[in-house]
Amino acid sequence: MPAMLRTLARKMGLMAHSFSGGIHPDMHKLSAASAIEDVGISPVLILPMKQHIGSPCSPLVSVGDKVLRGQKIAKSEGYLSVPVHASTSGRVVKIEEHAIAHPSGMGMPSIFIEADGDDLADESLEPLTDWRNVDPTVLRERARMCGLAGLGGAVFPTFIKLVQDKRFPIETVILNGIECEPYLTNDHRLMVEKASDILDGMAIIMHMVGSSSGIIAIEDNKADAAEAMQEALDTKEGMDGVQVKVLPTRYPQGSEKQLIYSLTGREVPAGKLPMHIGVICQNVGTTKALRDAVMLGRPLTERIVTVSGDALPNPANLRVRLGTPIRSLFARQGLEDFSNIQVIHGGPMMGERLRHPDIPVVKSTSGTLALSQNAMQSAHTVESPCIRCGHCSEVCPASLVPNLLADFCRSDQFDKAEDYKLFDCIECGSCSYVCPSNIPLVHYFRYGKGQIALGRREQAFAEASRQRSEGRDERLAQEEAAKAARRSKVRKTHAPKPAAEPETNTLTSATDNTPAATAKPEEKS
Amino acid sequence: MTESMTGLLYALGSLGAFALCAGIVLAIAQKVFHIEGDPMIDNIDALLPQTQCGQCGYPGCKPYATAVAGAQADVNHCVPGGERTMLQIAALMGVEPKELEEEASAPMLAFVREDECIGCTLCIKACPVDAIIGAPKQYHTVIGDHCTGCTLCVEPCPVDCIDMLVKPELIEHWAWPLPDTKRSQLGHERREQHAGHA
Repeated sequence: MPAMLRTLARKMGLMAHSFSGGIHPDMHKLSAASAIEDVGISPVLILPMKQHIGSPCSPLVSVGDKVLRGQKIAKSEGYLSVPVHASTSGRVVKIEEHAIAHPSGMGMPSIFIEADGDDLADESLEPLTDWRNVDPTVLRERARMCGLAGLGGAVFPTFIKLVQDKRFPIETVILNGIECEPYLTNDHRLMVEKASDILDGMAIIMHMVGSSSGIIAIEDNKADAAEAMQEALDTKEGMDGVQVKVLPTRYPQGSEKQLIYSLTGREVPAGKLPMHIGVICQNVGTTKALRDAVMLGRPLTERIVTVSGDALPNPANLRVRLGTPIRSLFARQGLEDFSNIQVIHGGPMMGERLRHPDIPVVKSTSGTLALSQNAMQSAHTVESPCIRCGHCSEVCPASLVPNLLADFCRSDQFDKAEDYKLFDCIECGSCSYVCPSNIPLVHYFRYGKGQIALGRREQAFAEASRQRSEGRDERLAQEEAAKAARRSKVRKTHAPKPAAEPETNTLTSATDNTPAATAKPEEKS
Repeated sequence: MTESMTGLLYALGSLGAFALCAGIVLAIAQKVFHIEGDPMIDNIDALLPQTQCGQCGYPGCKPYATAVAGAQADVNHCVPGGERTMLQIAALMGVEPKELEEEASAPMLAFVREDECIGCTLCIKACPVDAIIGAPKQYHTVIGDHCTGCTLCVEPCPVDCIDMLVKPELIEHWAWPLPDTKRSQLGHERREQHAGHA
């Protein structure tokens, strides 16, 4: 009922816009007051060939090669992809599969670099200090070359968003400093400590997309960050169209679509991008990385990682080179024994449970948590029947009906699940969090999405196979017809002169022997 | 000529005219919306996995679809399609589902050991989906992305240099399993029991 009243009030304009649903979990921001510390360079760095959403990269170096910090060591294959760079100077010692933060437990081909300790940088990229006079397309290429991907955790290649499209002019640039996941404080500390750098990055984004107005969105549990940003904003020149907006804390406010609605009252339609409604959203960490890429010519080789959790003696925010094993970060903060501890990659709401801490820090590692078993709200082993309480629908930020969706997924009625907009689910976990029956709702949605994707892939493969099979049948029929036509022609022309017959016969059989199939590739292309 | 007589004539005349018009419309509609062939064959063909493997006893997926549509074959002969395909075809045909005779194996992929290949092109001719490339006296190779794993190329090879490998699982294609809870299993089983009646 209160949810309905809220919706009504919003519709009547009595309340400011705010996304519907959401929850207020305990925030546990244990490391909010700890300044960012540099952890130095691990002896061996492990760089997986895919650290972004999109197609994986292929290695450019081989075992034994010397590399410099920031040197491109793997090139992107395909458009939706960004390259991988060496995060320190040293030698490539091996290229083989290594565990990554993935629910399957499967590995990913990775490049292992043995650090030489000198940390020499590859300085082939020129700093573009005068970026205001640089063409946005050049800056966009710089963002791609430097391997930038969304550091908020989704790791969507950044350059794709930074584009000027006449059909979709960008009105507002939103800087996402919400950080609504419990425990995580990396964006928070970055805003407190590097406010000016972040603003430089924001100015670059605004120049790139041709927009003059911007919003820096921060939740009210980070007052010091909002203050720092406001202070930096007051002293920066040429940032008149930018304002800091403080929003009441609510999970999942940091989700792109929800944040845009909270700030502008505009909804991003299903299947569309924010740019289609004139908005782009960038995480503060990504923005700082963009500033470094443009103004210092420095590819993405490090990030801020929150190491936290109730089982960790010293929660902290660390500046970490990509490829550093997270086990060493836990060890640095005083945790060596992982028995009865659940390790999480990312935040507790949307992160991945890890089987072991032997995975490297990648671009998506906003944080890593060590939780004791009783800090986990539920192990989700005792799932009770749904009591139709409706809490899940009330908290769903995408206005879906989670209990119904879960039923459809559980019983493989995927067509119905799609009708009920399964793919609009952002997997924020709010429904699973509030469910009094401990139903692992998001898990069901992931199962459903996976099965639908599998079905589509199979169908596409079957369709392609059918076309190839039909094409082959057609070609064989044509060849058969051509052969028959030749034969009858031979018979007609040579019937009165039987002496010539043997010669033509050899000719025909020679043509027959030519494997028809060898012509296939040419015909296909 | 009584008045009732004229009334009758009017009625007959107007009904006759209406029938004529309707007849013309129907005749035109039959020409315009004419459907070539039996749509049921294509509908069944669309459900089949298109491996063209011939394990059903027919030379390909389309011939099997034709046989099923003509009620000459049972719905349970598609081995790679497995239970799901069988249930879908049964539902489409409106017949009772039938137990599968053979369990589907894991998805396979043909692989030519190139060192041993003599370039005879026999496997190329056998491949139903044009997934092997090569020329006479040159190595042949299988296009992994196009191979349906039908095994039809294995037998014709005179030097036995084609292996059937289990298709490697890609991390991008990994899908979440159902949650490991009793209820999830229960609901799933119940659904499978009822699937045939849908």
